Amino acid sequence: MREIKYEDIVKSIRDSIMYSGTNLPKDALEKMNEAYEKEKSPVAREVLKQLLENADIASSEDKPLCQDTGLAVFFVKVGEDVKVVGGTLKAAINEGTEKGYKDGYLRASTCHWDTRANLKDEIGYNLPAIIHFDLVEGDELEIEYAAKGGGSENVSRATVIPPAAGRQGVIDYVKEVVSNAGPNPCPPLTVGVGIGGTFEKAVISSKHALFRKLGSVNENSTLESMEKELVEELNKLGIGAMGMGGTQTVFGVHIEKNPCHIASLPVSVNVQCHSSRHTVIKL
Amino acid sequence: MSKTYNLTTPLSEADVIQLKAGDIVYLSGIIYTARDAAHKKLIDLMDAKEELPFDVKGSVIYFVGPTPPKPGDPIGSAGPTTSYRMDSYSPRLINEKGLRGMIGKGKRNKEVTDACSKSKAIYFGATGGAGALLARQIKSAEVIAYPELGPEAIRKLEVVDFPLTVINDTYDQDLYKIGRAQYEIK
Repeated sequence: MREIKYEDIVKSIRDSIMYSGTNLPKDALEKMNEAYEKEKSPVAREVLKQLLENADIASSEDKPLCQDTGLAVFFVKVGEDVKVVGGTLKAAINEGTEKGYKDGYLRASTCHWDTRANLKDEIGYNLPAIIHFDLVEGDELEIEYAAKGGGSENVSRATVIPPAAGRQGVIDYVKEVVSNAGPNPCPPLTVGVGIGGTFEKAVISSKHALFRKLGSVNENSTLESMEKELVEELNKLGIGAMGMGGTQTVFGVHIEKNPCHIASLPVSVNVQCHSSRHTVIKL
Repeated sequence: MSKTYNLTTPLSEADVIQLKAGDIVYLSGIIYTARDAAHKKLIDLMDAKEELPFDVKGSVIYFVGPTPPKPGDPIGSAGPTTSYRMDSYSPRLINEKGLRGMIGKGKRNKEVTDACSKSKAIYFGATGGAGALLARQIKSAEVIAYPELGPEAIRKLEVVDFPLTVINDTYDQDLYKIGRAQYEIK
């Protein structure tokens, strides 16, 4: 058994959250620059210029990139030979989240679903974190983190299409979701697509797809060709940066697949705004 | 062709009827922040025929819930939130109270754009996700109502050259539709 200290987990999560709040990761910054170079619309180019400048200011002044600093979402791979000492792993992630958001002057955005009252005093500052655990072989702990904003989450959708609809059915559904979203989710977007599994498995896969490095190539050749086709199709929608019209609507499309039930073909589309704040912590 | 204007609040009818979808406006003066929770409270006050916490006539409301300010800063990061959540409240503020401008991002419904045409108001877009850049143009911030709403409290902001784009003008024109049609390949 390899022991990992509770406080070490808290500290690395706190620090990663604070850093992510004010520093756009390299992959997202590269995509933003690429979109600026490629964009044909002067209005959208001006938007992208502001976003690049914003990234500079956020980093140099240590000010959040966006006021929506998200709900904290984690995908955690726990090695079976890892033992957390001094507390539970879940508590460490939540404590790190609360400290990171509070110490980083990030926004407490969790509220009661009905009264809409902010829950920072009742449950904790921006708590609870959204955590997806997976048990794996080995003695390592890998924690993927992303700050997920509300605007892009609001336009995300899932469905179950008839199996006969197949590949084209998936492509049509993704196009429909992005087209209907228009300017609302703060394009240029990263589009996470989850295919197969059960209904909730597709949704979780579409979320996890957003954590993949922007600009990386899908290891599966069928999915790679679907991603390429979708990037082209989605850019043809003409939505552009902040929806004001343009040629650069998406940074990329990331697809994850799962085997599914013989009767079903679940499809989920999780949309990510241009401020793709994500990182990986390895302990 | 899009034009560029420098305007100062409060805005008059003459200020806003010259604007067309796609124009750039650098706005200075006092503006007020409110998101859905604060809007609901304003409408409740109107229903009860009570006075609102600020003079809405000629004013501009910014849909924003900023991050907490660091010591010494007037405000934290402060970019626009998605505006459709205010769609059920905005028409009454425009038609009955003379609201002249709204700042947000994303589509508005027909009731809002109809109110903009009828009572002469503008829906401006600010760049979503540019909260650090936009905060630089905010010189002071003061909570004037509903502090219990935290980031959603109503704040009085003093802004200088706040960069905006006209999305919906007083002639029922919509930049999201015009801009997209120009670049959509069918």
